Amino acid sequence: MAVTFTLNGKSTTVEVDPQMPLLWVLRDTLNMTGTKFGCGMALCGACTVHINGEATRSCITPISSVAGKKVTTIEGLSADASHPVQVAWIEEDVPQCGYCQSGQIMSAVALLSKKPNPSDADIDDAMSGNICRCGTYQRIRKAIHRAASLQPTK
Amino acid sequence: MADRFALDRREFLKTGVTASTALLIGFRLEAQADDPAQTQEKPRINPFDAWVKITPDNRITLILGKSEMGQGIMTALPMILAEELCVDWKKVRIEQAPTNPKVYDHGTGGSGSIAGSWLPMRQAGAAAREMLITAAAQQWNVNRDTCVAKDGGVLHGARKNYLTYGELVPTASKLPVPDLKTVPLKNSSDFTVVGHDTHRFEGKAKSDGSAKFGIDARVAGMQYAVIARCPVFGGKVKSFNAEKTKRVPGVRDVLTIEAVGQGAFTAGGVVVIADNSWAAIQGREALTIEWDEGPTASESSESLHAQFVANASKPGKAVRNDGDADGTLTAAAKKVEAVYEFPFAPHASMEPMNCTVHIQADRAEAWIPTQAPQWAQDVIAKVSGLPRESVVVNTTLMGGAFGRRYQADFVMEAAQVAKATGKPVMVLWTREDDMQHDFYRPASYHKMQGAVGSDGKIAAWKHFQTSTSIDAMWSEKGKETPENSEFATAAFIPYQTPNYRVEYTLATSGVPRAWWRSVEHSSSGFVVECFADELAALAGADPYEFRLAMIGSDREIPDFGNPKEGKPLRTARQKAVLKLAAEKAGWGTPLPKGTARGIASYYSFESYTACVAEVSIKEKAVKVRRLVYAVDCGRPINPNGVRAQVESAAIYGLSAMLYDAITIKGGRVEQSNFDDYKMPRIPETPVTEVYVVNSTEEPTGIGEPGLPVVAAAVCNALYALTGKRYRRLPIRNEDLA
Repeated sequence: MAVTFTLNGKSTTVEVDPQMPLLWVLRDTLNMTGTKFGCGMALCGACTVHINGEATRSCITPISSVAGKKVTTIEGLSADASHPVQVAWIEEDVPQCGYCQSGQIMSAVALLSKKPNPSDADIDDAMSGNICRCGTYQRIRKAIHRAASLQPTK
Repeated sequence: MADRFALDRREFLKTGVTASTALLIGFRLEAQADDPAQTQEKPRINPFDAWVKITPDNRITLILGKSEMGQGIMTALPMILAEELCVDWKKVRIEQAPTNPKVYDHGTGGSGSIAGSWLPMRQAGAAAREMLITAAAQQWNVNRDTCVAKDGGVLHGARKNYLTYGELVPTASKLPVPDLKTVPLKNSSDFTVVGHDTHRFEGKAKSDGSAKFGIDARVAGMQYAVIARCPVFGGKVKSFNAEKTKRVPGVRDVLTIEAVGQGAFTAGGVVVIADNSWAAIQGREALTIEWDEGPTASESSESLHAQFVANASKPGKAVRNDGDADGTLTAAAKKVEAVYEFPFAPHASMEPMNCTVHIQADRAEAWIPTQAPQWAQDVIAKVSGLPRESVVVNTTLMGGAFGRRYQADFVMEAAQVAKATGKPVMVLWTREDDMQHDFYRPASYHKMQGAVGSDGKIAAWKHFQTSTSIDAMWSEKGKETPENSEFATAAFIPYQTPNYRVEYTLATSGVPRAWWRSVEHSSSGFVVECFADELAALAGADPYEFRLAMIGSDREIPDFGNPKEGKPLRTARQKAVLKLAAEKAGWGTPLPKGTARGIASYYSFESYTACVAEVSIKEKAVKVRRLVYAVDCGRPINPNGVRAQVESAAIYGLSAMLYDAITIKGGRVEQSNFDDYKMPRIPETPVTEVYVVNSTEEPTGIGEPGLPVVAAAVCNALYALTGKRYRRLPIRNEDLA
């Protein structure tokens, strides 16, 4: 089945099993590997992307449900790692192994788009779906606050 | 006898094989026999062939011979090279070394990369620098003593001449390589890179999705495979039906692979090969398989616990015996006995195991997230029948490893599948595969007995342990010394006592075990530091003051299991981290009601750590509010990286205290994914402060040493809060009631 959606601003059509999760379409069909496979059950957040601006677990999202929607992945945040969240991540040296960080960053960007100046409680609430086995949580918290200060005021 | 396994582990980390496993893994023995390079000293290697690449336009690339798994080695080792080479850190590029055991010691583990590479990296960088200076002096026809290396070039002061390394390298790289033992090293007071906070080299790539992990390998024409393995350890396929699988769109083939025993420890199974990962996973779900569950199908966590209790009712093998602990305990007026118990624990790295291999008639190439590239190369060479030199192993970034990726099981499987198909193939593990076919931290049970004299000192310390030893899994059958992998520092504690006895009894299990972050220290370190706290309470002493007093004078305590190679524990350094952590945490100062502090301090991987935890109990759950660490890992190369590793080890240790339990039923793991196996998330994260001793001692490990103290500090704080000891990990909610 052909599914057409907007991926990082570009119209994209794929011919795949309609039940195939967006995660595997991105990774194996389109070879866009920045979005990660962690659990396959929406438990860890490594596969987080934005669908129409909402943080979504792509590992349980059938490609058919994405038809006509706008998908943003880590590759689509900026051309040069210049998004305020990416800048903050690099400055605070958040990543260790780095595997979960695409998902962490996508969750953080979604949080900041709703709450430009989140409290620690807001961060706990928005980020608790993302596991980091390296335990970089303290630096994630710092980086989100830093990113909030870097964002252009709306 | 006592130090054999300790030596084995070091050798294993160096070459991917131990003397004992080499005997068991035939292919390893052959690989060793035809290549003395793996077992001998490396020859004097031209640094321009191994460590530094410089192009005529002066682009400088430093080569990394270890594997990056999150520990920051891709930054720290090149920093050492850059320091001696005198190049601008901001301009260097870093590349992963090709897999070539004749040149590199690739094995990455045991918190040993910095300790083992500090001097060789300095020497390599210095040798390259000296060769470049000589080349410049020859070109200018001046005394080389009048030339200095500066910012990627050589300067001759008198003539104000400057040549870039790029201009000099064609000549310099052909000069004789200086004797590495005498090549001049920089004075540490001149360091501009080493010892300075440095950003992670690949931090940007890990923030924009461009970092390539093993799972991101993409090769033209590649296929994706998943394997149905027997859920019971040691079981195998009896029969299977793949008719439905073959009807799944995208599935291309179904085949079986054999289990490989000692050394690789694979399960074998039914392989589903498809055009993409999803189709392969769907195809596997459609399989019907009848299993032969094998000889350990009746094992359970309950049966293992019963075995522990039975073992503990009898004396164990004496591992260490100073004085008369049993006699002293019998006669003592003030004594305490306590039992500590730990379950199996999984590594649970975020990137599940995977390996991509392409075997052709005359060559093979692989993309592997591995801590042991040379072992992977040997496995593929053996399976393919190709010489090792014809096997190209590309070591990728790893999405966590923690010891799990030292194994070659996932490489063996992929090599078997690639050999069968002749096409490039990724064998992908799902989360469930990863959780249920790990090599787990051993389960263990510790009976502790101690006495305190009327003088307030430790009169006796007796530590009986029974566990599913790592050594017993990896050693040749009949030649095991299972106790040697299970105590480490617990057999040479810094607390003085004239009567010190350590005993061990092996518990048998079909569950695979190997090295988990901080290995035996994760459990035996917890036991030692909690029991020291129990003795402090018995003596009516403050836990911090008691530790300082029982450590006593400044002295060196030999590494009991490895007295020749292991560095001795230096009590002055242990006391210094204890004092630093206590001071920074405000030990003894008032806390809000319902909050308490606990302390722990330990020596592991030749580094010293202390941790003070502040805890409360909130809604019947442990709330760790603050952790204050002091660490002494010798000279810190990248203090920012040191702090990051300790912050990380703290969370990993908290995970073991709060959640990490792999339970066994019917010979198989009961947990399968992050719903029934939990890990800490951001709301559980304490404020963690890490104070790094600005030492000038030789650098030592820091990937693991932060772990053993954290659970002990927290449980000691819980005792201060509740008066109750927490000796069985993970802590259960009912234990807190």
